[in-house]
Amino acid sequence: MQQTRFAWYLLAPAIILLAVLLVLPIAIMAIYTFYEFVTAGVEKANYTLANWQEFFTDSYYHLFLWKTARVAAITALACAVMGYIPAYFIWMTSFRHKWLLLLLLIVPFWISFTIRTFSWIHILGEQGAINVTLKTLGIIDSPIQMLYTEGAVIMGMIHFLLPYMILNVYVSLEGIDRDLLSAARTLGCTSAQAFREVTLPLSLPGLCAGLLLCFVLAAGSYVTPQILGGNRDALFGNLVYDTIMEQLNWPMGSTLSIVLFVLLGIVSAIYSRYMGLSTIFKGLSR
Amino acid sequence: MKLTQTKRLERMKERYQNGGMDRRTFLGLTAAAAASAGVMTRWSGAALAAVSEVRFDGWGGTVQEAIDKFAFQPYTAKTNLKVVQGTFGDENEIITKVKTANPGDFQVIHSSGVEYYKKYVDGGWTSELNEANIPNLVNVMAAMIEPFRKMTPKLSAVPYDYGTTGIAYNTKVISPEEAKEKGANLLIDKKYAGKIGGFGDKNTRVWYGALQSGQSPNDIKDIEAVWAKVREGRDMTKKYWSSGAELMDLLSKEEIVVTEAWSGRVAALQEQGHPIGYLDPPGSYAWMEDMLVLKGSPMAECEELLNFMLDTATSIAVAEGQNYPPALDPTKVKLTDKIAKMPAFDPTGTMKTLTFADPIYWAEHDTEWQKQWDRISKGA
Repeated sequence: MQQTRFAWYLLAPAIILLAVLLVLPIAIMAIYTFYEFVTAGVEKANYTLANWQEFFTDSYYHLFLWKTARVAAITALACAVMGYIPAYFIWMTSFRHKWLLLLLLIVPFWISFTIRTFSWIHILGEQGAINVTLKTLGIIDSPIQMLYTEGAVIMGMIHFLLPYMILNVYVSLEGIDRDLLSAARTLGCTSAQAFREVTLPLSLPGLCAGLLLCFVLAAGSYVTPQILGGNRDALFGNLVYDTIMEQLNWPMGSTLSIVLFVLLGIVSAIYSRYMGLSTIFKGLSR
Repeated sequence: MKLTQTKRLERMKERYQNGGMDRRTFLGLTAAAAASAGVMTRWSGAALAAVSEVRFDGWGGTVQEAIDKFAFQPYTAKTNLKVVQGTFGDENEIITKVKTANPGDFQVIHSSGVEYYKKYVDGGWTSELNEANIPNLVNVMAAMIEPFRKMTPKLSAVPYDYGTTGIAYNTKVISPEEAKEKGANLLIDKKYAGKIGGFGDKNTRVWYGALQSGQSPNDIKDIEAVWAKVREGRDMTKKYWSSGAELMDLLSKEEIVVTEAWSGRVAALQEQGHPIGYLDPPGSYAWMEDMLVLKGSPMAECEELLNFMLDTATSIAVAEGQNYPPALDPTKVKLTDKIAKMPAFDPTGTMKTLTFADPIYWAEHDTEWQKQWDRISKGA
C-alpha cells in the first residue's frame, strides 16, 4: 500500500505536467469547437454546432483528409523500405564501432528541422545541385521540375522520418536471438530463407512501430508541405494553419485540429489493439 | 453605479497606459491607494518598475534592418531605452500572437495599413495615442492620417511609409515594352506558365484578379470572374511566396521570371545588380504602413519612440534604407532625390495618384474572400 502511494508521488509531477500541458489545452480546443466565429480574430462563447456541421458537410475537408492519409501512408511505406536495409546492416555488421553508425543516425537532429527542409531547395530547385549537374553533363536541356511537387514533399518527410524507422527496426532486430538464425541455417535454410522465415517475422513489431510513428508524424506535418510543396500539395495540417493563422477563425481551426487528433488517435488505438504500443516505447527507449 | 476600489484602480491604470495621466501622478495615486488599502495591486509592481525597453515587431529583412539601423539604434543611444525586436512574415501571424498574449507583451507593430488596423480595432487591441507627445506627426501627410482617424478618432497608430505591390519581371526574359503592354495580364500569360510567382495573400490575389477581369478592386461586381482569374493564375504559378526574403530569393535565383512584388524589395534587388524590372500597372495595389501601438504598452515611451521615428532626418534615412517613401508630406518637408525616384512616390502629398484598398469595403468581404482564396490556393 505504502509502495503504491510512493509510486503515485513519483508519478505526480509527470501526471500534472501532462494534464496541464496536454490534456487541458486539448480540452480547451475541444470547447472552442463549439464557439461562434464572428469576424477575423473575434469569436463568441455562444455554443453552436456550426463548425462541426461545416466539417461534416463540406467535402473540401474530406478530400484533404484522404490526401493526407495517402501521402502519410506512402511516406511511411517508403521509410519502411528504405529504413529496413540500413537497420539490418547495422545489426549484422561486425564493425567494432557500431555506436558510430548509430550516432550517424541522430546527427541530422543536431541541425534545425526547418533548415534541413530548406536545404532541399538547393538540391531540387531549378538552379539546384541536381539540375545544374544534369545540365552541365548535357543530359537535360531545360531543368526538371522537382521542387514544389508532391514528390518533393514526400522526399522531405522521408528525410525527416527515416531515422525513426531505422531505430525502431534496429531495436527490434537487436532483440532477435542470433542462435535462431544459426539453427535455421543448420536445418538447411539458405540465408534468404532464414531472413524470410526468421528475421523478418521477428522484426515485424519494430517495423510496424516505425510505420505507425512515421504515418502519424507525416499526417500531422505542415512545415514540409509549406516549404517544399506547390499550391496543391498542402496537407490537413496546412488547412489547420490557414484557418487559425490566415482566417483567424479559431473555432473552425480547433474543430479541424480535434478531427486530426481523433483520427490519428484511432489509428494508434487500432495499432495498439493488434500490436501493442509497447513496441514503440521499447524502440524509443534505446 | 458604485465603483469598487479595484475598478477605480483599474480605470486609473488604463488612463495611465493610454497616456491620459503622467507617470508621477499615476504612481502617486497608486501608492496612496496601496497605503490606504494596505495592499499592493497585482500590476502596481510592474508600473513602479522603470521601463527599460520597448517591444517592436516588424517584417524583418531589409526593411527592418533599415529601421533598426537608422531609427532604433540612434534612439537607444539617445534615450538608453532598448528596442527589443521580433519579426513576422504575415501580419495575421502577429495578430494571432497578440490575441493570445497579455496586454503589453507586444507593443509596437509595423502594421499593413488601414485594412489591418480595422482588425486590431475589432479585436479591442488598440490604444489611444496622446498626439501632443508626437509633435512630428504634423509633418505626416493628412491624406494618410485621415483613414485611420475615420475608424478611431483617437489614433492608435501613426502612418510611416507607403508603397505598391506592382509587377516585377526578369528583364533577360521580358522586355519593359512587353510588360507595359500586358500590364496585370502578364501574370496570367501562358507563355510564362511555370515561371510565374505570386504573393500568397488574399488581398493581392483578389486585387489582381479584379484588374485582370476588368473590374475596380474597390467595387467588384462579379466576384466569380475574379476567382476565375485567380484560378487561371494559380494553374500557371510555380510558387506563392510568403515573405519579402522568399520573393527576393525566387527572383534572384531565377526560379520565376514574373510575379507581383513589393516595390521596395524590387529596388533592393536592383541595387544588388539583378536584372529585375518593375511596373505599376493601372490600378496597381497601393498600401500604406503604420507604426501601431497596442493596448497595454508603456505609452509615454512608445510615443517618444514614434516621435523620434517621424523626425525628418530619421524618417528620410529609414526610407532610403528600406526603399519605401516615408509618410512625410513632401509639400512640408524637403525629401531627397533618391526618395523622389522611388516607385509609388507621390510628390503632391495628396495620395490621389495611388489606388488604396477601401478599408470598409474590404473588411466587409474579408472572411469570405480569405476562406475562398485559401481553398483556391490548394486546388479547389
